[in-house]
Amino acid sequence: MGKVAIIGVGQSAFVRQYPGSIRELAFEGFKDAMKDAQITTKDIGASVVCSAPEYDKQRSPAGVFAEYMGLNPQPTFYVESLCSSSSTGVRLAYSLVESGLHDVVAVIGFQKMSEISSAETQERMGRGADIQWESPFGTMMPAYYAMYARAHMEKYGTTPDDLSLIRVKASTYGQLNEKAVYRKPVTSEMLSDPENRMAGPVSSPLRVGDCCANADGSSCIIVANEEKAKAFCKKPVWIMGVGAATASVNLTGRDLFTGLKAATQAADQAYKMAGITAKDVDVAEVHDCFTIAEMMAYENLGFAEPGEGKELIQSKETYKEGSIPVNVDGGLLSKGHPIGATGGSQIRTIVLQLRDEAGDIQVKDPQIGLVHNIGGVGIYGNVTVLGR
Amino acid sequence: MGKKEADIRLNKFGTVSFAATTKVNDFIDYLEKDKVAGTKCKDCGLAFFPPRADCCQCLSDNTEWFEVSGTGKLVTYSKLKFAPVGFDQDLPYAIALLDYGDYKVFGRISGEIPDDDIKIGMEMKTVANRLPNEQLNYIFQKP
Ligand SMILES: [Zn+2]
Repeated sequence: MGKVAIIGVGQSAFVRQYPGSIRELAFEGFKDAMKDAQITTKDIGASVVCSAPEYDKQRSPAGVFAEYMGLNPQPTFYVESLCSSSSTGVRLAYSLVESGLHDVVAVIGFQKMSEISSAETQERMGRGADIQWESPFGTMMPAYYAMYARAHMEKYGTTPDDLSLIRVKASTYGQLNEKAVYRKPVTSEMLSDPENRMAGPVSSPLRVGDCCANADGSSCIIVANEEKAKAFCKKPVWIMGVGAATASVNLTGRDLFTGLKAATQAADQAYKMAGITAKDVDVAEVHDCFTIAEMMAYENLGFAEPGEGKELIQSKETYKEGSIPVNVDGGLLSKGHPIGATGGSQIRTIVLQLRDEAGDIQVKDPQIGLVHNIGGVGIYGNVTVLGR
Repeated sequence: MGKKEADIRLNKFGTVSFAATTKVNDFIDYLEKDKVAGTKCKDCGLAFFPPRADCCQCLSDNTEWFEVSGTGKLVTYSKLKFAPVGFDQDLPYAIALLDYGDYKVFGRISGEIPDDDIKIGMEMKTVANRLPNEQLNYIFQKP
């Protein structure tokens, strides 16, 4: 099996309302990654475009982007797994390159959520669940994750204050990330002060401060085979393991509500393929669409035993100086969550860490990094292990 | 030949329905008769809620209806203070999951139960319900 590398990473700033069209938004991430890789469009054998549908009106965005990026006549296509679309794109690029079909593949993730209102966004996200049997009850993403939070609190004694600590950590690093949408500090006091907007109820027990910010944004990851990676790139980062699993969309098909089974299964696969265990991971990006999601990720990835995620954040072990730094770029909570761009942005952060190019948020000498990217409420679990 | 009229009974399901036609549209007829029903595979015996026309265990489409009866245990729930488009007038409401052993039921907790009375693990029953806008759904009540 040939080795597969990431030779370029890029993203746009994640912003509340991007002042341009989706092709222009996507171009920002693409241009950033192309400059990083120092290659030309002629070097790219195929492109994969990733987003969740129905935020903008463009059907089949892959064709439009290939034209705008100058990637005709190379093949292009669209993949989707809700919030993990661009991790799925990278998984696909890995297989296209590893199979020998293409030497270099660009994975372009994007989402322009501001084309619709916040309530419409909740409706769209809710329709990422079971529209036939669940959506008619008025479901939305925060409510589903809140059901997991409720079950976690009941079983393990996790408290809203424990969840606040995760939000505080995210804001610590969001303030340092110039591409983050939310750059203000958040304190535990804000989340426990009923007068504060951050403490406002969304869906019990989750509060405004427990939820990530919607954003417009794009990301791009350029994947290459070993020969091209060595020719083009001084510091290729190798894809050591890719894991992916699914779970029942309708909650009636599940038996665990204190963690995401698809995340655990994806992690097991990725660890096995990379020949590592959770202890070998030096830096991680996890899918913190809600504070409870990061708490469950600690446990599902094996950074903590089930129910002990709260001790990990209480002791600040997931801060930059801790034993397993997590989301030191601000995470989805502060950086923002432009659905289709998120996985690529997470991978970008880990690649920069492994190249020692992460600036203010650089973790000391990491050798192995991990990306955990979830689509829907644990419907699609994706874990990618990267190494120097 | 005349055009056959489409069976769009599922349009009646929930505050806002997102699907009109399914092979298990009789679910709506049961709701009209104050019954909540799932399907069971007649070939392998697997029970499905919500109802399905096809069995994923043995690939049979030979199913029969059964009534959701007795009580289930409350697995988890959440009370919404913010709603998606179309559900504002229902706020606040709680979505929840009941475990009946052979199957689970996803739905809403009756708005008449005070927050303090809702406890994970409590026994609840599933009851057909008519919404103010004449749509149909089902809710969880104390037995
Ligand atoms: Zn069967």
